[in-house]
Amino acid sequence: MIQPKLQVKNCDLFYGDFQALKNINLSIAEKEITAFIGPSGCGKSTLLKSLNRMNDLVEGCKITGDFTLDGENIYKDMEITELRKRVGMVFQKPNLFPMSIYDNIAYGPRTHGIKKKADLDEIVETTLRQASVWDETKDRLKKSALGMSGGQQQRICIARALAVKPEVLLMDEPTSALDPISTIKIEELATELKKNYTIVIVTHNMQQATRISDKTAFFLHGEIVEFDETQRIFSNPKEQKTLEYITGRFG
Amino acid sequence: MRANFDNKLSELNKKLLSMAAMTEQIIAMSIKSLEEQDTKLARETVEFDAKINEAEREVERICLNLLLQQQPVFAEDLRRVSAALKMITDIERVGDQSADIADLNIQLIKKKQKWDLSDISEMARAATQMVNDAIDAYVNDDENLARKVISSDDKIDELFVKTKDKIIDEIAADKANGEKAIDTLMVAKYFERIGDHAVNIAEWVVFSVTGVHKTERIM
Repeated sequence: MIQPKLQVKNCDLFYGDFQALKNINLSIAEKEITAFIGPSGCGKSTLLKSLNRMNDLVEGCKITGDFTLDGENIYKDMEITELRKRVGMVFQKPNLFPMSIYDNIAYGPRTHGIKKKADLDEIVETTLRQASVWDETKDRLKKSALGMSGGQQQRICIARALAVKPEVLLMDEPTSALDPISTIKIEELATELKKNYTIVIVTHNMQQATRISDKTAFFLHGEIVEFDETQRIFSNPKEQKTLEYITGRFG
Repeated sequence: MRANFDNKLSELNKKLLSMAAMTEQIIAMSIKSLEEQDTKLARETVEFDAKINEAEREVERICLNLLLQQQPVFAEDLRRVSAALKMITDIERVGDQSADIADLNIQLIKKKQKWDLSDISEMARAATQMVNDAIDAYVNDDENLARKVISSDDKIDELFVKTKDKIIDEIAADKANGEKAIDTLMVAKYFERIGDHAVNIAEWVVFSVTGVHKTERIM
């Protein structure tokens, strides 16, 4: 059997006394898009954040279980900077730094020691092209990134995440603050990026899950109720609760 | 949101049942106009077809609004709506063919032709039953009933062959029977086609329930 890109085994996560994740077991395949769906507060974003240790600094957060990236334990065998380089994250709202587009993209590579202008120029252009936002930014690279539209900013965020050459891209509701056209652009981008990256996306938009993901995990009350091929989840789910959620009977 | 979706689905079912009742009525009108040589009823039958066409537009409107406004993601919900959209084309054709029978009858009455309708009346009864069963099967997600409709088409086909053989004998006995014989054959063929439309409807019901149309898995 092919080793999963990311694997979670027997994971429990507590925020103080509240148990946000209960015995999560999940294998995420390489170069696929995996969607996490479920009602608000079901634990899907919490699990996503755990995949690049965003919960480390949350006070009172306690995590047990094994999280591995290519078989290496991300909580025990890996420096957090190494993990964050390999596993990038895109958030619900674009969160660019108040600096130029160029400096936003070059920020990560510079942190990892790339100083030569020619190298940085190439990374900036390549990643902006990969994120399908090059044409809109090439003439204003030195201008503030915050002057771009929400949809453009989100694609620049994706370019920024790609600039450190990650292997995995985590996306937490990346289109929920965007207009429909920008949403379609991000979805097309995710589908294109799948050729080279492993993508995990949290979404409340079930049409989006059916459009772009290969596998879907349905979360409820901190548990994974069902995890299967997306096509199967939306045509013949095994669990009654999944059926009720996707047909809009609750949530 | 789901309550709204369920209300729309129930509205769709009601409209389809009402279309089925209209179809039953138009087949009954067409056969009665034949049996009783009733020109007035035949004209009413032709006019009644317009109501079935209107009902088709109404079902289309409900289905397209459901797709636009509710955007069902669950395959079975999507199949249910798309099956309804496909079925109504066949239901509407049943109306057209009943009107065609009545139209033909108007010409026959003018020619003062009398004919043996025993087998054709039986075909009409069987066709009505098939159309009604097919739509009941849709409303109740009843795959078995839909499959029963598909297999019962053989009965109408047999009656058609029987009618055709009788007509051949009549022409052989006296060539003067030719025109009447051809008119009778056309009526029989219309009823045979109505049976085929009922089979098409039933096949979309099986698709709605299983995702398989005829032998192919569509979704």
